[in-house]
Amino acid sequence: MTGVGTLLRSHLRRDRWMLLWWVAGTVLLYWSQAVGTRATYTTDAELAEAARALVDNPALVAMTGPARALDTIGGQVAWQAGAFGIIVLALMNMFLLGRHLQAEEESGRDELVRSAAVSRTAPIVAAALLVVAADVVTGVLVVVALVGYGLPVAGSVVLAVGLVGSALVLGAAALVAMQLTTSVRSAYGITGAVVAAAYVLRAVGDVGDGTLSWFSPIGWAQAMWPYSGDRWWPAVLFVPAVAGLTSLALVLLHRRDVGSGLWAARPGPATGRLGAWSLTWRLQRGSVLGWSLGTFLMGLAYGSLGDSVGEVVGDGELARDVLGVNGRDVVDGFHATSLAMIALLACGFSVSSALRLRGDEDGGHVELLLSTTLTRRTWWLAHVLVTAAGTAVAVVAGGLGLGVGFALTTGEGSAVGRLGLDATTHVPAAWALAGLALVLHGWLPRATVLAWAGVAGCTVVLFFGALLDLPSRVTHLSPFEALARVPAESWSAGPFAAVLAATLLLGAAGLVGTTRRDLG
Amino acid sequence: MTPVVDVASLHKSFGRVRALDGLDLQVGPGEVHGFLGPNGAGKSTTIRVLLGLLRHDAGTVRLFGEDPWRHAAALHRRLAYVPGDVSLWPTLSGGETIDLLGRLRGGLDPARRDALVERFELDPTKKGRTYSKGNRQKVALVAALAADVDLLVLDEPTSGLDPLMEAVFTDCVDELKEAGRSVLLSSHILAEVERLCGRVTIIRAGRTAESGTLAELRHLTRTAVSAETERAPEGLEGATGVHDLVVEGQRVRFQVDTDHLGSVLELLGRAGIRTLTSQPPTLEELFLRHYGDHVEDAS
Ligand SMILES: Nc1ncnc2c1ncn2[C@@H]1O[C@H](COP(=O)(O)OP(=O)(O)OP(=O)(O)O)[C@@H](O)[C@H]1O
Ligand SMILES: [Mg+2]
Repeated sequence: MTGVGTLLRSHLRRDRWMLLWWVAGTVLLYWSQAVGTRATYTTDAELAEAARALVDNPALVAMTGPARALDTIGGQVAWQAGAFGIIVLALMNMFLLGRHLQAEEESGRDELVRSAAVSRTAPIVAAALLVVAADVVTGVLVVVALVGYGLPVAGSVVLAVGLVGSALVLGAAALVAMQLTTSVRSAYGITGAVVAAAYVLRAVGDVGDGTLSWFSPIGWAQAMWPYSGDRWWPAVLFVPAVAGLTSLALVLLHRRDVGSGLWAARPGPATGRLGAWSLTWRLQRGSVLGWSLGTFLMGLAYGSLGDSVGEVVGDGELARDVLGVNGRDVVDGFHATSLAMIALLACGFSVSSALRLRGDEDGGHVELLLSTTLTRRTWWLAHVLVTAAGTAVAVVAGGLGLGVGFALTTGEGSAVGRLGLDATTHVPAAWALAGLALVLHGWLPRATVLAWAGVAGCTVVLFFGALLDLPSRVTHLSPFEALARVPAESWSAGPFAAVLAATLLLGAAGLVGTTRRDLG
Repeated sequence: MTPVVDVASLHKSFGRVRALDGLDLQVGPGEVHGFLGPNGAGKSTTIRVLLGLLRHDAGTVRLFGEDPWRHAAALHRRLAYVPGDVSLWPTLSGGETIDLLGRLRGGLDPARRDALVERFELDPTKKGRTYSKGNRQKVALVAALAADVDLLVLDEPTSGLDPLMEAVFTDCVDELKEAGRSVLLSSHILAEVERLCGRVTIIRAGRTAESGTLAELRHLTRTAVSAETERAPEGLEGATGVHDLVVEGQRVRFQVDTDHLGSVLELLGRAGIRTLTSQPPTLEELFLRHYGDHVEDAS
């Protein structure tokens, strides 16, 4: 274990700002739900009234979690922030581990560290300790913030323990993913898929009979019933899950060579026929496929809820706000929200794909490519075309999944084509965020991470905009709000064209910036 | 004839870092030009400006007589580049990478490519991720050498190559020279520069310190002389070109600027030379003079 202390100290120094943002963001998420709920429903009577409308609303339950004690502020906080808090913290864990383990290994810096007096397991132990420390601190601060706000201590502790336990399970899964893959990108891909699966499993479980929720660590946290029963026993599940996954990661670590994944790379062809355009497709086809599979499965899960969505929904005002139902079919409202969520998920692809331009620079590929007759414009266009097409494919795959799930449950075969087509109307939202990434790449290449802040902002607006009663001049910045909520609303050309035009403008500005600045 | 590369008083800053501060560089047609300088002197930055990847702040840059920033892609038809730090695509095989770069350069001769793959003993079926440093370098070298171009821009091309492969590389450059191609070769390996380059440019802190043929540069350096004379020599103290003089009775040791070797030997001759050894400057000394922090004024 030599070197763990030194490594941990150096991690803390390097990450202090990053940690501050993640931890503060997570704590703020919980605290703002408490404040926001109280601001929206100023009296207990109003809250009770709203709760009646929310209870047993499958669309909201699928988005957030089982609806319990919604007539209390605590219950609202646990319901609205629970699943998202876990996802945010799980992503933090993933990035911390990726940054200190795999990215180091890829760059070869890891060899430098290993050649010093450091044991084989020291890097993994130091990174794991960092994650545990960051999670525990977050949990403690969540308790402090919520108790400080005036919520019951026991419930707050239960909520925080669920948050930390669940995030650690997903972090341990990320640790395993990092032993399986050679690139940090694929490790993030696998971990992202695990987190998404955990979210969707509990969504389907929560709306259905609850069985599937027990296959998800997010489900375990929510089964602890914070502020509405405070059950401790589901927390026991975290222990074997974390221990099991961590041991698996360690076993894999000892079986593989540093710098390589578990499977040896296979030899490739001795000659090739790649050009500028086929190159970008070749490099991205795996992630187009992966993301499309992800959106398809998410759509499938939500679609499989079928008509049950419409049967139980209340007719409360808030439910109408959230679902955007104007006397039309509640199922359509649910599908419109699902398609928007699918498009939001597809931003994971569209933004990371657009930022591969930056990756080409950081990785030194641009130097090699642009020393040939390839122009900057063609290089850029080849990337952006794959981004645009891949995004469309991922969103439509989600729509088809939704249709297939719905058709399998209800027998309405025509839903597949209909929802697949409806999905196309949500594509420009995901394109717009890629456009933001492109303009950042062109003009502020050191600040391209801000594109992810755009995605985060759209997420907040989509999930909490109505619940928190955010002002419309804020929510309308999100392309997801600007577009018509197909199929709940009929498609309208105006907003569609506006979002498309904004995207093209952003993209064009990005191209201009890219052709004018230093590259590399 | 227009020079292939013509850079005059080039300036380039990255924020507050001054990478290039009045750099001059000329490479004529058919010339193998050595480009030398300590780490961080600005060699790679100059090359990136020449390739049109970076935009320069001031000065003039001409590649084949044209502006590389405005006509990058068209000019690149006539050159091939090997970066100092070759990073391949992890999932592409070496062969795929070579062919990709070849096509992007406007096509490559498969026979020549195969011959080079053979000469460099490269396994083209390995994936980019699994190549060793030297083999990554070979992939980029084969791709560049297989191209039918007028100019090769090589940024430390042999870093990581074993001595056998270095010899292969040297042969390849000789062949290019015979074929009348121009080469800009940035390198830290002095033996390689001495063996291959007709002219060299030495830069320091973003500025050209010295430029010329090796013979010309040698001329600017000092020869170490030690001698035993019949009488104590007179007039050595303070003679132009004499440095680090040590007199021990009839024995003297000193350094002399190669320019003034003749006149100083005359002085020694008057004292009656008994024994005399002189050591011409090695190339290392030549460079170290420019590399070190305590450089005395060259002029
Ligand atoms: N993109 C950049 N941003 C900031 N500074 C840079 C950048 N690129 C180069 N520099 C700085 O410019 C200077 C020149 O660097 P350059 O890479 O050209 O040196 P070099 O002569 O190639 O050195 P070496 O022999 O180590 O390869 C260095 O001080 C370097 O830190
Ligand atoms: Mg360099």
